[in-house]
Amino acid sequence: MRDNLLSGPEPDPARDAGHQDAPPRVGFFTDTSVCIGCKACEVACKEWNAVPEDGMALTGMSYDNTGGLGASTWRHVAFIEQPVPAGRTRLPLVEPDTRGGDGAAEDSGMRWLMSSDVCKHCTHAACLDVCPTGSLFRTEFGTVVVQEDICNGCGVCVPACPYGVIEQRPTDGRAFKCTLCYDRLGAGQEPACAKACPTESIQFGPLDELRERAALRVDQLHEAGVAEARLYGHEPDNGVGGDGAFFLLLDEPEVYGLPPDPVVTTRDLGTMWRHAGMAALSLAGGAALSFALPALTRPKGRR
Amino acid sequence: MTPGPPAARTDSYYGRPVIKAPAWSAQDIAGYFFLGGLAGAGSVLAAGAQLTGRTTTARALKVSSLAAVGLSAAALVHDLGRPSRFPHMLRVFKPTSPMSMGSWLLSAYGPAAGAAALTSVTGRLPRTGAAATAAAALLGPALATYTAVLAADTAVPAWHGAHRELPYLFAASATAAASGMALLTGPPRENAPARCAAVFAAVAEDTAFRAAERRLGSVAVTYREGRAGRLMRAARTLTAAGTAGAVLFGHRSRPAAAAAGLALLAGSACTRFGVFAAGIASAEDPAHTVGPQREALARRRTTLAQ
Ligand code: SF4
Ligand code: SF4
Repeated sequence: MRDNLLSGPEPDPARDAGHQDAPPRVGFFTDTSVCIGCKACEVACKEWNAVPEDGMALTGMSYDNTGGLGASTWRHVAFIEQPVPAGRTRLPLVEPDTRGGDGAAEDSGMRWLMSSDVCKHCTHAACLDVCPTGSLFRTEFGTVVVQEDICNGCGVCVPACPYGVIEQRPTDGRAFKCTLCYDRLGAGQEPACAKACPTESIQFGPLDELRERAALRVDQLHEAGVAEARLYGHEPDNGVGGDGAFFLLLDEPEVYGLPPDPVVTTRDLGTMWRHAGMAALSLAGGAALSFALPALTRPKGRR
Repeated sequence: MTPGPPAARTDSYYGRPVIKAPAWSAQDIAGYFFLGGLAGAGSVLAAGAQLTGRTTTARALKVSSLAAVGLSAAALVHDLGRPSRFPHMLRVFKPTSPMSMGSWLLSAYGPAAGAAALTSVTGRLPRTGAAATAAAALLGPALATYTAVLAADTAVPAWHGAHRELPYLFAASATAAASGMALLTGPPRENAPARCAAVFAAVAEDTAFRAAERRLGSVAVTYREGRAGRLMRAARTLTAAGTAGAVLFGHRSRPAAAAAGLALLAGSACTRFGVFAAGIASAEDPAHTVGPQREALARRRTTLAQ
């Protein structure tokens, strides 16, 4: 088994998964600096994929009553209200308001961060690696999809995901997550969330192209003085070999509920199997010794 | 305090977990860990007892291994979201999936343990019995330790962080359980090896656990607090008491040996349920996910700067 099938840079996951003439790998670039928190992506996803209701509760977490990604939530818009970082007050999205209306919103000293989260479609996807049934698989587009007719609900993919994305639906038992609209991709369409996003915060396309576009955007923001703008999940040498869905964030990842340095657990699989083998040998050795010692130390004729 | 939105936090998203804890029931999966260990290590001790002419103990351990592996398979199936799809476990052979490897292991070990127990109880087919006993003893240690990889091959901080130590902890705990079963079911004149194994197991378990705690750093607190803390403390007390009882009185009195055996079995079960509970607690607190990752990032930055 080659090492890069488990971790490290991996330029072509689809071909390495056996798709001979795979199309270019696709993904999402979610530019949170232009997200307006309209949740059109959440709604479009639910509509298109017929994802059931995910709880009718008020969370008290700003305008986020969705909570987080899960079996029945494949897009989740996070809302963060925080003090404006020192040195800058507005994202350079629109021309300054020159009408001189009441500037209360700008003077409040607070800002909103909104971000639409989704499955990262990892290059090295822990969920896929640990799935015992082959239900999770790599598509020709380089994305990661669960086959509902194969999953037996063993649930091992759930704690394996370093981003807390995939989950078993309690009423169903099986695991569900974003498919990156596998059916729409097959028909040459873009995923429903990207289609619905009114600000192009969610951009869909070939991953290489998205990475270029993201680099330009982050430069543009830095030039405009938004020093805290940063890309998250774009590097092909990160802990999961690069995310198929990556982000432009305006604060540390953990503020958005994202792990700052996720690592695919299977990176250490070789070490784990080695130690398990050694531990199994020690068990056998200890048992052998337990039978040998009494035989040696006891007077003859007794056991 | 006035009601209002929770105070802005900079270390997490409203205190919500970053990763998802497994939805497994403790009874099923921690029980599966315990029973798999008892079965696997029991088969090893059974083979040893067989080879050294301790026939009563050998038979008892073979029967207990069969019962344990049967119950553990039942627990595993019961925990599936779709129990009727259990056969899907054998759709593929997938070394990157500990659950897949375990299913194959179970389907090889189960029949071996079954044949070993049945031939021993009925006294028929001695050659088949010997072969089955040997096969079960060869597969047993793997059955006892692979569950550690199953737990560690996740993003759960208290499990993955201890992925080097967990297999040894599980091997030791399995040995403790099997020696406990031997003490409980075998006559005192046959239990010298079980007493010896109990001492090894207790020492090894303590050593492995301490090493895991050191490795885990700040995450080790999940093994000390709450439900996990109570279980781990109970495990330590029970294992120590069982070992002491076995060494001091196990060769003299049958009831004392049985009591020591029960304590060892209970100690092993507490260890598995404790490890399980620590994993859940560590997954539910974002600090245990974010903290170690921040430390890893900082370490990488300093190595880069040098
Ligand atoms: S983010 Fe999680 S669920 Fe999505 S591909 Fe990666 S490991 Fe799998
Ligand atoms: S729950 Fe389903 S998708 Fe997840 S690992 Fe198990 S079989 Fe695979």
